[in-house]
Amino acid sequence: MRALAIIFLLGLLTAQAAEVAEVSALKDPSAFDGITNKVERSRALFREAGKVIQSPRCLVCHPNGDTPAQGDDLHPHYPAVVRGPHNDGVVGMKCTTCHQDHNLDLARVPGAPGWHLAPLSMAWVGKNLHSICEQIKDPKRNGNKSMDQLIEHFAHDKLVGWGWHPGSNRTPAPGTQERMGALIAAWIATGAECPPEHSKETK
Amino acid sequence: MSKIKLKLNGVDREVEADPEMPLLWAIRDLLGLPGTKYGCGQALCGACTIHLDDQPIRSCVTPISRAEGKSVTTIEGLSPNGDHPLQKAWIEFGVPQCGFCQTGQIMTAAALLKAIPKPTDKDIEQSLSGNLCRCGTYTRIRSAIKQVAGIKETT
Repeated sequence: MRALAIIFLLGLLTAQAAEVAEVSALKDPSAFDGITNKVERSRALFREAGKVIQSPRCLVCHPNGDTPAQGDDLHPHYPAVVRGPHNDGVVGMKCTTCHQDHNLDLARVPGAPGWHLAPLSMAWVGKNLHSICEQIKDPKRNGNKSMDQLIEHFAHDKLVGWGWHPGSNRTPAPGTQERMGALIAAWIATGAECPPEHSKETK
Repeated sequence: MSKIKLKLNGVDREVEADPEMPLLWAIRDLLGLPGTKYGCGQALCGACTIHLDDQPIRSCVTPISRAEGKSVTTIEGLSPNGDHPLQKAWIEFGVPQCGFCQTGQIMTAAALLKAIPKPTDKDIEQSLSGNLCRCGTYTRIRSAIKQVAGIKETT
């Protein structure tokens, strides 16, 4: 009985440790308070948010082409699907032909409400953080979103939120959606500065 | 367990099932329509394709709760007497070989022609790319679809 209790407690502690490690994989905006130059602080905040933006869970649905990707190696989606005129596939092969509004762990089919591809104007694959940053700020390319709507998108959109809860042993996006929302809000509050194009930190 | 109401092939039905039960199971085992096939169980082969409110879906990964209050059409309901133009063309062209995937192929093709009455070869390929046929009857499938669409085959 005592052994069982110890095993249970160890399991609990391991799970808690994993959760802490996951959250700390993405820094809190306050971690950048020490950067006194506001422009540099804003750029640093975006670079931190870039850990999420450039994570495989986000990139798979922000392809730079007509085919979504899968896996951490971003291999082409199987079965073969195409973007279609509304970024949700073509008749017979719509995203929701297979994807539900929640993960199906038994079949390993990921799901979230409104499953669809980001429009081509929001492609992230193969782009550096400078380009992505400029794109995110540009209403012509970001779906005509205001800065407040950008914060809302990153902080509360359920499809975006899937990235942290991808199911079936997929690697989640780093940190939490709440922390990502806070980073984007802090980035905007500091002027929404973009990392320079030619810098060793801009990948 | 929940009581779920849906319209199956035009008839109101109620089924008592776990809301997460795949619709395919309910259709085959609880509602007694075995025309829809179980292939991979992971939405990778298309054998289980049916229509949910006229849209093709993979019933093997669709929880029955998604069908609540909706219209479900299976191969048995595509036409009253198995005489949908696609079914007639399928017979004329001798499309099936083993036949296991064919109900899924026909259900996707029917939705395609409803949305795009004159599909291009590319339309056909893209729409049916998720319906696998291990016998390799793809050329006959395409010919049958094009005949129904009134498109002359070029050789």
